[in-house]
Amino acid sequence: MEKTHILSILVENESGVLTRVAGLFSARGFNIDSICVAKTLEKSESKMIIATSGDTQILEQITKQLNRLVNVIKVQELTDEDSVLRQTVLIKVNADETTKSDIFRIKEIFGGRIIDVSRNYYTLEVTGSERKIDSLIDILRPLGIKDIVKTGIVALQRVKRTN
Amino acid sequence: MNHNHNSSKKNLMTGSKIILESLIKEGVDTIFGYPGGAVLNIYDELLNYNAQIKHILVRHEQGAAHAADGYARASGKVGVVLVTSGPGATNTITGIATANMDSVPMVILTGQVPTNLIGNDAFQEADTVGITRPCTKHNYLVKDIKDLARTIKEAFYIASTGRPGPVLIDIPKDITSSVYEFDYPENIELRGYNPTYFGHHIQISKLAAEILKAKKPLLYAGGGVISSNAAGELLELAELLDLPVTSTLMGLGCFPAEHPLFFGMLGMHGTYAANMAISNADFIVAIGARFDDRVTGKVEEFGKNAKFAHIDIDPSSIGKNVKIEIPVVGDVKSVLSSLLEVLNGRNEEISSAKYERLGWLEEINGWKYEHPLLYHMKDIIKPQYVIEKIYELTGGEAVIATEVGQSQMWTAQFYKFKNPRTLLTSGGLGTMGFGFPAAIGAQIAQPDKTVFDIAGDGSIQMNIQELATAVQYNLPVKIAIINNNFLGMIRQWQELFYHKRYSFSEMNVNPDFVKLAEAYGAVGLRAKDPDDVVPVIEKALSIKKPVIMDFVVDREEGVYPMVAPGAPITGMLLV
Repeated sequence: MEKTHILSILVENESGVLTRVAGLFSARGFNIDSICVAKTLEKSESKMIIATSGDTQILEQITKQLNRLVNVIKVQELTDEDSVLRQTVLIKVNADETTKSDIFRIKEIFGGRIIDVSRNYYTLEVTGSERKIDSLIDILRPLGIKDIVKTGIVALQRVKRTN
Repeated sequence: MNHNHNSSKKNLMTGSKIILESLIKEGVDTIFGYPGGAVLNIYDELLNYNAQIKHILVRHEQGAAHAADGYARASGKVGVVLVTSGPGATNTITGIATANMDSVPMVILTGQVPTNLIGNDAFQEADTVGITRPCTKHNYLVKDIKDLARTIKEAFYIASTGRPGPVLIDIPKDITSSVYEFDYPENIELRGYNPTYFGHHIQISKLAAEILKAKKPLLYAGGGVISSNAAGELLELAELLDLPVTSTLMGLGCFPAEHPLFFGMLGMHGTYAANMAISNADFIVAIGARFDDRVTGKVEEFGKNAKFAHIDIDPSSIGKNVKIEIPVVGDVKSVLSSLLEVLNGRNEEISSAKYERLGWLEEINGWKYEHPLLYHMKDIIKPQYVIEKIYELTGGEAVIATEVGQSQMWTAQFYKFKNPRTLLTSGGLGTMGFGFPAAIGAQIAQPDKTVFDIAGDGSIQMNIQELATAVQYNLPVKIAIINNNFLGMIRQWQELFYHKRYSFSEMNVNPDFVKLAEAYGAVGLRAKDPDDVVPVIEKALSIKKPVIMDFVVDREEGVYPMVAPGAPITGMLLV
């Protein structure tokens, strides 16, 4: 069944690695739904988090193909159950006298912050799961969203509980 | 530069010298190349290495890439290419992609504009690393001379290990003239590259059990058997258990074609016996093969009565197109050796398995006799007859390069390959123009062997300029042109699937190939009549020079059996 998968890819921090990974996805017809890349604590490494979609066979091929790349050190699938998955969104929303209090209330519910204020617009910053971000957008839409930008998903495996 | 009194001890060299010294460390004695502005420093240094490195000057960079490829396929060594930046590099792309698809170890050194001009749209600048990323196993741009020797070391290692492939190193001109200490690294540290050589013992035991248990087993062998030098192990396994063998195009030569357990190539132009065996087997062991669409036909129907095991060094080949019950990741040679060890001494099980399979072998032999490969002789030369005679007159001992299309398929069907590394053919990319330069490379690797290029009149013209190379280096390559004044395979598809609408597949004008050979200083021979075929081949074999044989053949002969693309491989059109 087609579903979203989160891949955590440890790569060597060399020029062109992002192109190699992105090129592999496009050349083999795989999707990239979102991508986040940054250096790790090791200067020589970067971590990429790629959200992709496909059935399990496609995911297996993606993983195997990624492992063929010389600069790819490790590929791991992270799931909702064993990992924390987060996304940040910045939303510029229409803020007039009738909506301001709603925005404040929504911000509180979603644990966000207002990071920019002008006469007509507030910019909200919210971090959370993809589902939380989606419902935030649904709620704010009737108030008038002027602009929106989302990061890709970042994810980290949870510490295994021993019991 | 540091000119203190220690510098003499530090083995300082120019980048150009570092490159050549590194090649020598890698055991390279032959490179195929073409000079140009960005590699002039390297070429200048190369003159000093005449005794150690033989440079073959091709006439087109594509020729260099295919020649290095043919050299690698014939010898098992890494083929090396040296070309300039921009057009020099882009001209090698088809050759690199060809090698990549067929897993051939190559290192391609390309010149690049000086580092300060990169990205500047400089003269003869191309983003070579960007262009070749999807068609190499790996590639490098050397931006600092400190990285040069290590990069070359890594390139040869990556090219020749795991599933082999081409690795490109792009070297800016200023790197070739700057000076640095030469210290060739002993070790390699590549965190993201660790090919698995040894198969997992549990998987190998499962495989052994299943092979013994199967009533209708079949070995489906591919090019991986050849690249891992495992033909001996394959033969031992097949003979131990009386296992029937079929092979892909890339696998031909990995099992002696005249062996009673061999049933020919499978797939689109495979034998009736091989395709029927695949479709009726209950257990298929794929060995260094990758379930290409030209092999499987309609993939859902491929081996539909069978369980599959798959031995391959590349995990991504396993389970890509067909579901595999017993995957074994590892080097074919090592896995087959382990498998033989596991089977060793289980004599009772082996003889009872062999006994139970007598009927299966009889069934396949029945298919073989029912529909053997055949053609009908006429008073005009049949292409298949030419290939048969080349086979007979070379005793199956020649190295045969092919172009792509009908002549390639007839070669696969009618030349009975005995030994690995004797068929050099572009199986994956299907590159017309591959065969002749590949034959040149093979002849350089194996000067004592008879080397043929079996070509069509279309494909030979794609790299005919290399005739000058063959003449210059006195390489006695024999080019057999199966001349039907058509792009024969295109014509055949148009006949079968486009109501004989021969859209631009006819070669209305061809050169006089005999005169063309003579113009280059080679020898040209022509056969128009079936009686001419043997004398022409005999004469060509007696001449120690490049020879073109122009065989004027039946124009509308087809390659059969044929499976329509996308159809199940049992749906064969027969002669």
